[in-house]
Amino acid sequence: MDKNPENWKIVQKSKFLSDFVKYRYLLTEIVRRNIKVQYRDSVLGIFWTLLQPLLTTVVLALVFGGFFGKSADGISNYVIYLLCGRLLYDFFSQSTKRAMKSVRLSAGVIKKVYVPKYMYPLGNVISCFITFLISLIILVGFLVGYSFTDKAVPITPYILLSVVPIAVLFILCVGVGMILSTAAVFFKDAEYLYDVFCMLLFYATPIVYVINNMNMNKYVQLGIKANPLYSIISMFRDCVLNGCMFNLNHLWYSLAFSVICVLIGALMFKKKQDKFILHI
Amino acid sequence: MENNIAVKVDNVSVMFNLNKEKVDNMKEYFIKLITRKLRFTEFWALQDVSFTIEKGERLGVLGFNGAGKSTLLKTVAGVLKPTKGSVEVDGVIAPLLELGAGFDSNYTGKENIFLYGATMGYSRKYIEERYDEIVEFSELGDFINVPIKNYSSGMRARLGFSIATAVEPEVLILDEVLSVGDAKFKAKSEKKVTSMFKKGVTVLFVSHNTPQVRRLCNKAIILDHGKIIAYGEANEVCDKYDELVKGGKK
Repeated sequence: MDKNPENWKIVQKSKFLSDFVKYRYLLTEIVRRNIKVQYRDSVLGIFWTLLQPLLTTVVLALVFGGFFGKSADGISNYVIYLLCGRLLYDFFSQSTKRAMKSVRLSAGVIKKVYVPKYMYPLGNVISCFITFLISLIILVGFLVGYSFTDKAVPITPYILLSVVPIAVLFILCVGVGMILSTAAVFFKDAEYLYDVFCMLLFYATPIVYVINNMNMNKYVQLGIKANPLYSIISMFRDCVLNGCMFNLNHLWYSLAFSVICVLIGALMFKKKQDKFILHI
Repeated sequence: MENNIAVKVDNVSVMFNLNKEKVDNMKEYFIKLITRKLRFTEFWALQDVSFTIEKGERLGVLGFNGAGKSTLLKTVAGVLKPTKGSVEVDGVIAPLLELGAGFDSNYTGKENIFLYGATMGYSRKYIEERYDEIVEFSELGDFINVPIKNYSSGMRARLGFSIATAVEPEVLILDEVLSVGDAKFKAKSEKKVTSMFKKGVTVLFVSHNTPQVRRLCNKAIILDHGKIIAYGEANEVCDKYDELVKGGKK
């Protein structure tokens, strides 16, 4: 430690970075533990990452593609359409829900040892991101499977651009996760409220329906389009399902939204983290 | 901060808001905010506490329940931010507050060694180098590959103690942890801590047990209602504390 007060300030400022470097192994341990423990006692283990979206997609395809056939109009391949929306939405809701609980669930550690607390929401988003990447295998499987049928999806080089919406979604999840984890420390109700919100979000995002097919009030449609998940999923579908370039407006909007979320989240977290110990 | 000082606690005060009822849901919060019933009682757990520990010094912290001992240790460990004042610590700090706080009960002992080490900010390589030493000291043997939800509380504490002392900290915080395990392990852990003293580690030790403080520490303080009421050589302060205990019994 230095006697010079000038140097002290610098030390304080770079604490965030030096903490991250020092505790980066903690981040990998949190991610590893989340993935390991999640499926530890199940017979099929990590296969559930693939099986779960597969089964829910079958159910959704039966319900919305079969019974309510209308929602599939104008879509070249409804199952792929559904799967694209479903996988991305799932990653968003899972990761933010887990990030939200992460600080409260690690109360035992936070109360006893100094750790950079943002590692917990961040680690939970990353572990969900990894299971999400694994679950994309299902999508690849369907794309390959359909290529032998008359419902084949055109695969173009644009499919490589699908990393862009995925990256934006990751940023969004980190931001929202930080905001929610801070809020949940002070109000436990937020967790229940957010469950309901996620259900609303599922229907407010064109996952099972096509926005242009619906007879919607102009304002409702505008509201749905303001949802950053809509922009992200649209971009992803353009790359994977339609094989074309995505609308850049979607990119700018969702990216700006996500970055603002991260900034708000980081600021809230930084401001409130010293009080966490008094509330958990 | 001068070079020979390891811990500097400067005018530290810690305040807690004790609300009459805990408001942790939004409905109650808003109702009380509107009806202006959101009242807090201020409670100062520590008031203007200042002291320094020189490198290699071993400070015992004595005090009755609720005197603010744990709050003091938490501020030194960096877990709790003081409301006023500042705490400066020079060097790597190893908190031995409540062993096994960072354990995951679904994890095996081996996995927990890495998790706990990571929580304390060590790299994988560093923990791997000390892995054998930790397992040997904990005397767990084959149990190391069993999930720790099946451990007895003594086994857990032994594992926690072994990990926390396997590293080479410069400042060690001991919160009544030397009462871990059976008599054999107790002797072993005290020996381990004494050997760390010989390496010149700085110690903050909280205990009710004055003989232990006399044996392990060279300086001591007494905390009472958040204030330091005595500071000095361990033996003198311990005498004072013993008198206080007798006085309380009258």
